[in-house]
Amino acid sequence: MQSPNDTPASLWKRLFGEPIRAFGIVSALLLVLLAIAPAKNHFSEWRHYQNGYLRLIRTRGEAITLQRHFQPGIQQIWHPELGVTDRCTSCHVGLKEASLTDVSVQPYRKHPVIPHSIDQFGCVMCHRGQGAATTVEEAHSSTLAWEQPIAAARYIESGCGQCHRAGLESTPQLNQGRALLARYGCVQCHSIKLPDGGVMEATQDAPSLSHIADKTTREWIFAWLKDPQSYAASATMPNFKLKDEDIRDISAFLVANSTPIPEDTLPAFNQKAFDPTAGASLYGESFCASCHAVQNAAGNLVGGNVGPELTRIGNKAKPEWLRAWVRNPRVYDAKTEMPHYRFTDQQVATMEGFLLAKTDSNFLANVHLDPATPEQITHGKSLVMEYGCTSCHEIAGIKKLENFAPELTRIGSKSVSQLIFLPKMAHTLPDYIAGKIRQPRAFASGLKMPQYTFTMTQIDALTTALLAQNDRAQSVPPSLTMPAPPASHYRPAGKAGQIMSDLACFSCHAINGRGGDMAPDLTWEGSSVQRKWLEDFLRNPGTLRPALIRRMPKFNLSNEDIATLSDYIMTVYQDPDIDRDSMPESGYSATQVEQGRQLFYSKYACQSCHIVDVKSDKGYIGPTLTSVGSRLTGAWIYRWLKNPQALRPGTVEPNRNLNDDEARQLTAFLMMQKETVKKEARKQ
Amino acid sequence: MTGRRYLFDFLLPALPAFALVLSGIGCARKSVTAAGPASAFGSAIVESSGGKQIGAAGSALPQPIVVQVNDDQNNAVTGAAVSFKGPAGVVFDPPNGITDSSGQFSAVVTLGGMAGRYQIVATTITKAQKPVTLKIEEIALDYQRRLGQILDDKYCSRCHNPESTPERVSNYDNLDVKPHPFTEGETLNKLSDADLTAIISHGGPALNKSPLMPPYGYTLSKTEIQGLIAYIRMVSDPPYHAPGMVYAQK
Repeated sequence: MQSPNDTPASLWKRLFGEPIRAFGIVSALLLVLLAIAPAKNHFSEWRHYQNGYLRLIRTRGEAITLQRHFQPGIQQIWHPELGVTDRCTSCHVGLKEASLTDVSVQPYRKHPVIPHSIDQFGCVMCHRGQGAATTVEEAHSSTLAWEQPIAAARYIESGCGQCHRAGLESTPQLNQGRALLARYGCVQCHSIKLPDGGVMEATQDAPSLSHIADKTTREWIFAWLKDPQSYAASATMPNFKLKDEDIRDISAFLVANSTPIPEDTLPAFNQKAFDPTAGASLYGESFCASCHAVQNAAGNLVGGNVGPELTRIGNKAKPEWLRAWVRNPRVYDAKTEMPHYRFTDQQVATMEGFLLAKTDSNFLANVHLDPATPEQITHGKSLVMEYGCTSCHEIAGIKKLENFAPELTRIGSKSVSQLIFLPKMAHTLPDYIAGKIRQPRAFASGLKMPQYTFTMTQIDALTTALLAQNDRAQSVPPSLTMPAPPASHYRPAGKAGQIMSDLACFSCHAINGRGGDMAPDLTWEGSSVQRKWLEDFLRNPGTLRPALIRRMPKFNLSNEDIATLSDYIMTVYQDPDIDRDSMPESGYSATQVEQGRQLFYSKYACQSCHIVDVKSDKGYIGPTLTSVGSRLTGAWIYRWLKNPQALRPGTVEPNRNLNDDEARQLTAFLMMQKETVKKEARKQ
Repeated sequence: MTGRRYLFDFLLPALPAFALVLSGIGCARKSVTAAGPASAFGSAIVESSGGKQIGAAGSALPQPIVVQVNDDQNNAVTGAAVSFKGPAGVVFDPPNGITDSSGQFSAVVTLGGMAGRYQIVATTITKAQKPVTLKIEEIALDYQRRLGQILDDKYCSRCHNPESTPERVSNYDNLDVKPHPFTEGETLNKLSDADLTAIISHGGPALNKSPLMPPYGYTLSKTEIQGLIAYIRMVSDPPYHAPGMVYAQK
């Protein structure tokens, strides 16, 4: 300790000695201080990696080229309008070197080929991470200062989704995720606003429950609510993990709240006993399996997913309701995607018997419900409101709730510090989102989000789609975004329009941008086909592609309906660029036809995919062309041959770049393949 | 200070209980087979399914890998320990466990973030405590090769893949001149990138081959054709090795 009579000068002297010595110490100190910055620079990580890169390329054959491309110092890609300040290329030096394909050590690997230039978009757009950082730890890992660490490679397509609002052929995972968000009702509770001002719309409307007592029993409702997947493994509805008493009360409320619809039930017909073989063949002929799946003996689902699974439909549907539904589903649900088949009474009875036999005797065996009390019904109603059932289902007397669940518009930028993680869970946003989807109720007690049965692949896809909903997606300059095509609300007019909605044509066919993709687009069908063929096809749809499982069903249309539809299609669905009279339906010269035959079989080998002569041709990728001259118009065939993708974008048939003469000769050959000619030939 | 010690005193006895609860949660999520030590030993391990799959880099493969442990008489062994190992970045769920009643053990595999071939090793232990291994190869695709895979699925596989699926019947058997499956390395590896580009763009006749192979040069873009070739190179068996630089005396 210093004594009280010490002066500051003597203290200085005691510490540093003579002034000259003090000067020396201070100078040395100053030098050291001055050296810190250059030393830090010299020993920096990025310089270490750049030196490593130079050592790596030194021994390579193309060393001189690589050395010429190499630029020392910190590199930066800066795009303020995208929020990109990326210095990643300071260490990832070889990203753009095409010749480094054999290098597998990081950070020197060549970037895989992608459609964008790294200079134009930078790195963090797709990979996340802290672009401005110049150390490995700060750039890649989550630190207190930066919330978004590098995202795992399996979510990489989320980067695409920030600018590409519509699906891309090369982003199957993102497309799947977005489709799942829309199909599984996620967007019914969580609103997702799109940067162009719209919201993400649900693609699957859950059925209205306002008249449910006409359709099914309270016991079925109980069993379904307890575990929807026990009724149908492919059920869209998630499991709300409700207590038995709560399910009892909800089912009581739904049945009590249900009002009957006149004529949505029918008394039994006076028909002879049901014939199971006839049922199975009617189910097959009507191509029910195009939309509905049934579990086969091996436990595999066979059929489409447009309509509900029918494995245990006999446990669910009341016979009187099913009868009326099969006869005309539009009585019960005007907006259903199911066509009105116009079955005869006999067919309705056969189908009813076939479907009602699809039961599982164990399914409702343990459900015994006492008559509902008024208290139970009131409690059921409050539960229905509490769990937001009306977010998906229409229920008479209860309004759809707005903002029922947190909005997910910017979930992909959610700050990790605001999240609560489960024990043992990696503290990253993608892990949090995936965890929430996998086991939503584990995160806290009293949460209402239901349990889904998604596979790991589906959860990854959903997480990818949600990560794309971030701040940057909202702020990307419009000039850089690829907007989704506007949703089409096209409706055909008049009587034909009524028939088309009655037959639910749009469930499978698209016209003017609206409709399904199961069957061909009909936008220019009037230019494509001959009227006689169209009428015959509507009366009795044959198949053009024997290998296809999903086909056009027969609707028992009246002659009047067929005429109305044919008139409309032939008049309205005409491509203004195709002149039907430019190529005649017959009257081609024998030489032309023969030249076309040569082109078909020898030069272009069309028989690899198409069948013209059933005896010799075997290809069945494309439609059968045995009577194409009675089906299509010459003008359409000609235009198709010249450029198939121009008429139907995405069609598989390659464009052969035919010249006019060849296209005309092939058209002549194909137009000679007439239905009648074949029949006469067979007689001889 | 005393407050903290008090907290520790309170927490310490609770720790084992807490760990037990955590491990319980962990076990509940794993498959039943993962629980318990090996109760039997086999002498061989064979692949049941899941090998030679093609998936996106960093993503779970579409099907789990299923392996079976057999004894000397080639009968399936229940209760034998199996473990999976792979290169850095490969994740198995679960990484180890014991075989089920049919002698099988399966795991969902997530490949690493880099495109390429991944060798996965499944190991079981014999009665003599010797490891027996099985090597399984899987392929991870990057963006360009995945585009190639999508295009293959749409345009090529209908003829080039002899296997039919319920959704798509193969046209292979209907063709008089048989196309080469893309895995056929012996043939395809001999074709240069320029040859493949020519045959895809201009059809079989470009290389004096069958016109049954149509031209796609007016349908696919240059990028798409490059993607297809990159994909074909990746799936070929034996693997394709790009020709290196050519050093020649001037």
